[in-house]
Amino acid sequence: MSSSCPAPGASRRTSRKQSGVNDFVVKFANVNGSGSASANNLFAKAIFRMGIPVSPHNIFPSNIQGLPTWYEVRVNERGYLGRREGVDLMVAINEQTIARDIESVLADGYVLYDSSKPLRPLRKDLNFLPIPLRDICLREFEHPGQRQLFQNIVYVGALAAFLAIDFEILTGMISQQFRGKEKLILPNVHALELGYQYAKDHFDCPLPIRLEASDRARGKILMDGNTAIGLGCVYGGATIASWYPLTPSTSVVDSFGKYCKRLRIDPGTGKRKFAIVQAEDELAAIGIAIGAGWNGARAFTASSGPGVSLMQEFLGLAYFAEVPVVLFNIQRVGPSTGMPTRTQQGDLLTCAFASHGDTRQILLFPSTPRECFEFAAASFDIAERLQTPVIVMSDLELGMNEHLCEPLAWDDSRRYDRGKLLDAEALDELESFGRYADVDGDGIPWRTLPGAHPDKGSYFTRGSSHNAMAAYTEDGDVHAEVMDRLARKFANAPQHLPEPELETAGQRYGMIHFGSTASAIAEVRDALAQQGIVLDTLRIRSFPFHEEVSRFIEAHECVYVVEQNRDAQMKSLLQIECKAANYEKLRPILSYNGVAISAEHIEAAILQDQPSLAQLASA
Amino acid sequence: MSYISKPRFHHPQLEKNALGYVRRDYEGTLTTLCGGCGHDSISAAIIHAVHAMSLAPHRIAKVSGIGCSSKIPSYFLSKSHGFNSVHGRMPSVATGANLANRELLYLGISGDGDTASIGLGQFCHIVRRRINMLYIVANNGAYGLTKGQLSATADLGSRTKFGEESQFDNIDLVSLAIDLGASFVARSFSGDKDQLVPLIQAGLSHRGFAMIDVVSPCVTFNNTPHSTHGYKNAWENSVMLSEIDFVPMREEITASYDAGKDHEITLHDGSVIHLHKTSEGYDPSKRESALRHLNACKSEGRIATGLLYINQLQSDFHELSDSVDKPFNSLNEHDLCPGAEVLEDINETFM
Repeated sequence: MSSSCPAPGASRRTSRKQSGVNDFVVKFANVNGSGSASANNLFAKAIFRMGIPVSPHNIFPSNIQGLPTWYEVRVNERGYLGRREGVDLMVAINEQTIARDIESVLADGYVLYDSSKPLRPLRKDLNFLPIPLRDICLREFEHPGQRQLFQNIVYVGALAAFLAIDFEILTGMISQQFRGKEKLILPNVHALELGYQYAKDHFDCPLPIRLEASDRARGKILMDGNTAIGLGCVYGGATIASWYPLTPSTSVVDSFGKYCKRLRIDPGTGKRKFAIVQAEDELAAIGIAIGAGWNGARAFTASSGPGVSLMQEFLGLAYFAEVPVVLFNIQRVGPSTGMPTRTQQGDLLTCAFASHGDTRQILLFPSTPRECFEFAAASFDIAERLQTPVIVMSDLELGMNEHLCEPLAWDDSRRYDRGKLLDAEALDELESFGRYADVDGDGIPWRTLPGAHPDKGSYFTRGSSHNAMAAYTEDGDVHAEVMDRLARKFANAPQHLPEPELETAGQRYGMIHFGSTASAIAEVRDALAQQGIVLDTLRIRSFPFHEEVSRFIEAHECVYVVEQNRDAQMKSLLQIECKAANYEKLRPILSYNGVAISAEHIEAAILQDQPSLAQLASA
Repeated sequence: MSYISKPRFHHPQLEKNALGYVRRDYEGTLTTLCGGCGHDSISAAIIHAVHAMSLAPHRIAKVSGIGCSSKIPSYFLSKSHGFNSVHGRMPSVATGANLANRELLYLGISGDGDTASIGLGQFCHIVRRRINMLYIVANNGAYGLTKGQLSATADLGSRTKFGEESQFDNIDLVSLAIDLGASFVARSFSGDKDQLVPLIQAGLSHRGFAMIDVVSPCVTFNNTPHSTHGYKNAWENSVMLSEIDFVPMREEITASYDAGKDHEITLHDGSVIHLHKTSEGYDPSKRESALRHLNACKSEGRIATGLLYINQLQSDFHELSDSVDKPFNSLNEHDLCPGAEVLEDINETFM
């Protein structure tokens, strides 16, 4: 079974009748480069500050100015934060897309639009909220830039009235945002008030979909995954970032640089305890990180599909020569250039087996910004412990959108694990040193750093076949021995990797998921449970898989594998790695239209599969 | 690979340098290149240069790409770590290695295919980044390991053993390096040890990106009388810009020089380069001098050798990016991790 994907924003006129207080979706349709992003962000953050769970999604073009862009904000008191299909309130500001935007609103929903220009009523089953945004701003502001920009703030003010946003939170955020630029506070607050007042004067406020302060989001943070990765690299001890700009990975290095400039300056000299190299391409970016890893510094690069394709040869070298390095792959829609600003989990197979020959790579799958932070910091320990590349598989949905999660945490007693590294003293004690000798029987050899010792420990690192002493070889048996040791190293790897997260109650059916899909899973389980289908779930957090993954598959009659790609890549990986994972038992649930997978999509696919599953069981 | 292991036996009275090392201590494994290959002379020149300078071998890191040239780091300095990386990508690996530990000396070895074709982009960018290293190109105008195809440095009209004639203009790595801001640019010939050894010593002492393009004949595939990278042409058509002496520490200079034709260049570490009998009016601190001279030689079908350009005052990457003095690879969690309290403050900015 493979389920089809509805086009993003496709018409869904059936109201689910679930919307109401602290439970609705507001979508903003804007033109990119018009200053809407910060206004929309203000809206989402104000709701978060009211203690209400919120999940904003940017659906933006690969462009700087003039093309359509959307911002979707889901509010859900129960904490369901995956994308929800259907829009309750559309802020329809973009004339290019207004017809289609209005089409996507649920029956009985609302449309806020700029009534400075006439709008032909397109649907009779909606409630229209006309506000003359442009006229208000022309009247109230003189500067042409302000006349444009403040239209966004005016609609946020109006939304405050419609949805009962705490107005003091909004004005407080404006004051905070423009601290040091006090001149800007007054006109911004004025714009908010204009919208608020207009809505109050012309409509019944608030609407039935509205907000009530809550404590469900209290104590949590709202952060994007890439910011968290950048911070995780600072905490994990990375000193070198080499990269080539590529959406949606760029903000990983931006974040690393921003925090390093604050936290990695030597207090005595004012000098930097980090270096960032913007390389000429992704080949150089990973080459630099590998050179640094070989020489004992913690280094990383961040990229996405096209860049990761270019890095393949180097990933094979680092695998075979056993050099620690970390790659953050913020996946986007492929193949080829694909949709650079849309999300996908499409690089699993290409990363799991990156490069030619028998290769295999360590993959980590974070699901929340907090995990992005933790995995980023841990990836350097893992890379040094296993002396191999670690690829952290995030995606645009997780990386570039803000997600509600527990605050980041750090244990000050934690020490970096530099792995099996011999220093000068240790080398003094050694009779002989073989760089690729399996001294401990776990497949992990000992390594040395250049410059460590005058007479001992030097070796020649190479991508050509070598023996246990690191000498060149064309002896096939010697080559095979090294390959077998590498296989042992990978068989032993899971003990150093994040274990899967299980929620089981001995059910017949299971569901496996990973990465950004996790945000939809609680909602799927609850919705299905109401219909009598109870699922055990397992969230994969790393590859090579832990034994628990195999056992989970074995213990269930059927296992749904939810992933955001066309070819069921995780299912393929499971079939390759787990004995019990036969073709019929694993049932893929797929989404690959570039928007984050929704709970409804997963639920519908599982319900649709039930009859054939029953048939299978009786056969 | 060589099936003969290199004998370790040597004359008991071999000359020891200031560190107590004999030349043998700087050697590597037995070469596997063809007899008479220019690259073996480069290895010998490196061993000679480093021994004479009394450099501790373990403080040198060797980096290379792929090809005959890139194999040679095996044949010298076996007490140094080496990294034979992927084709054309040595510059990025060298960059990363240098970033990780600014205290070691980095010696990059590449070839003309590795640098001028597959790795041309990386070469250009490492020059621009001003990585502190010595980058040697063993340049024979041909692909040796794949049996004699022309490379991008082969001069127009040059012919290989199989009679294949280069129909395209060559890429001149020396002009390119000067143009892109390299601060030490030289060309030499593997057969001219008197020139190559002091150039290697000066290049290793120079702080910043130093590059030596070494004409190093491929005896098997590109050593015909019609090849501009063969021994015959290199001997007959080299134009030596000046005679060069390298003095590791300031020693009293006893010889008398012709003021107009001699240059004394003091490097960052206090060592001195003497250039004697330099062509009239040539100023090695001027890029224009170098480029004019290179063009003039090229138009006459001759090879300009010597130290063509030097700027000993240019900052390297670490200075430009304001790195701490301590090598990055020696920093630990106390130096690098901001701790739990700071993280709590950061959390608050996301609430």
